[in-house]
Amino acid sequence: MSKRLKEKIGFTVLRLAGLLVIIILGIILYDIISKGIGVISWEFLSQMPRNGMTEGGIYPAIIGTFYVTIITALVSIPLGIFAAIYLNEYAKKGKLTRLIRLAIRNLSGVPSIVFGLFGVALFVQGMGFGTSILSAGLTLGLMTLPITVTASEEALKTVPRSYREGSLALGATKWQSIRTNVLPAAVPGMLTGSILGLARAAGETAPILFTGAAFFLPFLPDSPFSQFMALPYHLYILATQHHAISQVRPLAYGTALVLITLVLIVNLTAIIVRARFRKRFKR
Amino acid sequence: MHQFKEKLIKYFFLLNGILVIIILVSIFYLLLKNSWPAFSEIGFRGFFASADWNPTSYEKPGYGILGQVLSTFMVTLGAMVIAVPLGVATAAYIAEVANPRIKGVLKPVIEILAGIPSVVIGFLGIVLLGPVIADTFGLSNGLNAINGSILLAIMSLPTIISLSEDAISSVPDKYREASLGLGASRWQTLIRSVLPAGLSGIIASVMLGMGRAIGETMTVLMATGNAPALPGSFFDSVRTMTATIAIELGEVPYNTTHYYALFAVGLVLFLMTFIINLVSDIILHKYQEVE
Repeated sequence: MSKRLKEKIGFTVLRLAGLLVIIILGIILYDIISKGIGVISWEFLSQMPRNGMTEGGIYPAIIGTFYVTIITALVSIPLGIFAAIYLNEYAKKGKLTRLIRLAIRNLSGVPSIVFGLFGVALFVQGMGFGTSILSAGLTLGLMTLPITVTASEEALKTVPRSYREGSLALGATKWQSIRTNVLPAAVPGMLTGSILGLARAAGETAPILFTGAAFFLPFLPDSPFSQFMALPYHLYILATQHHAISQVRPLAYGTALVLITLVLIVNLTAIIVRARFRKRFKR
Repeated sequence: MHQFKEKLIKYFFLLNGILVIIILVSIFYLLLKNSWPAFSEIGFRGFFASADWNPTSYEKPGYGILGQVLSTFMVTLGAMVIAVPLGVATAAYIAEVANPRIKGVLKPVIEILAGIPSVVIGFLGIVLLGPVIADTFGLSNGLNAINGSILLAIMSLPTIISLSEDAISSVPDKYREASLGLGASRWQTLIRSVLPAGLSGIIASVMLGMGRAIGETMTVLMATGNAPALPGSFFDSVRTMTATIAIELGEVPYNTTHYYALFAVGLVLFLMTFIINLVSDIILHKYQEVE
């Protein structure tokens, strides 16, 4: 076989691999959107489930996911940003810094169900928060921490050195230059990356299975110590645990579509914001 | 005063950095603490060397995890057989072949794929992939190991693709130039010099993808059928370690042997993924130092 022909075949195989990945995403999105769109209505989004969850909407699941995500954000965004400031602005090369980085990478590899066990042992039982929005949010918050640290550090890295040096040269202290020059430039990037992490946390099921998510609740949660319904757990229930699975399949598709839409919106926004952000500093 | 404040601020941020280490250590500690009663009651042999997992049996409860471990390995192996070639080929395509416009499409595609919740993938395993598998192989239902493998492959693809692409892109241009200069084609250059040069990074990416597959819960829980037995073939229903925890922890009373045994399963999972991550980290580090 000639060199040319071999190259052509080889590159075609690679191209097909890339195409297959696009097709996989295409199938996922097409199936969910085409079968879920008919279910979506204002009633579906704004009403409680009725008749043993065979009718009605997913309002409490949306609200539950929203509440949990707020706690997740309150935990993971500040902690993530602070840790990133240390790593990018203060840390010197050394054992401790390497250890922190290693811990971050390993934390991001801890299986989500193990985080669930951790949440049960620490928050539900240890701290006595019970199965609640608080326990689930704290668990998800710690789980999301590696993402927010990494995203915040990347944002800090895009801020040019001159921002810091200019301020230091004018006699500002290190913290002053970080606060007045570095952070304002980095915050949009930090938040974009962190929100991507939050979207992922909002779609997680395994960590909330035993820390607070409820099969069905006839009312909305009224405190951080209430149990809650959540979109991903609701989809799991409708898909596998319901007594009339084929009857609720459309509702499952609708729930999946709401979840996917959330992910798509957040991702697309992040991609656009990030592109703008990069351009600004390139000039 | 100023200096004191500066120091205080620095230590505040340092504390936040150290917090990550504390979290990781306390996960390990709490898993160990809650597994210990299980080990002392069941014994290491009864736990690790037995496939008899039957914790709810009244007369003779069994807590052997061999079946779950094998199921996890089997589903993960199947996933890697699919995801490694597909992922590395896609990474090579993005890094070496695709023009910027195609790159601009593929990269967001991979990011979005990475963001799709596992419960949605698992749902599609039930409603979409399951029936296809059942029809193709003439089975009564399609919830089995192969279904789980395909879904896990999809879930680990983004990790493998993006990290392999980093590894391939960071191979210095001198490798390509030397090879092309000697008259090799671009394909030969890719296969014989670029991929071997980026191999350690690619291996690290595959390991991370594997760690992700081992720890994935919802997809396997929903799509593999969850029969708690030793798996025979890829067409059997299997129940992985993650699925076992997910199914049983909700029903078991706190602080029973069964409860502790589930934490022990979690501990084994934690250690497996920890070792995989650590090794891939070491490989990556070595490779960065060589560059």
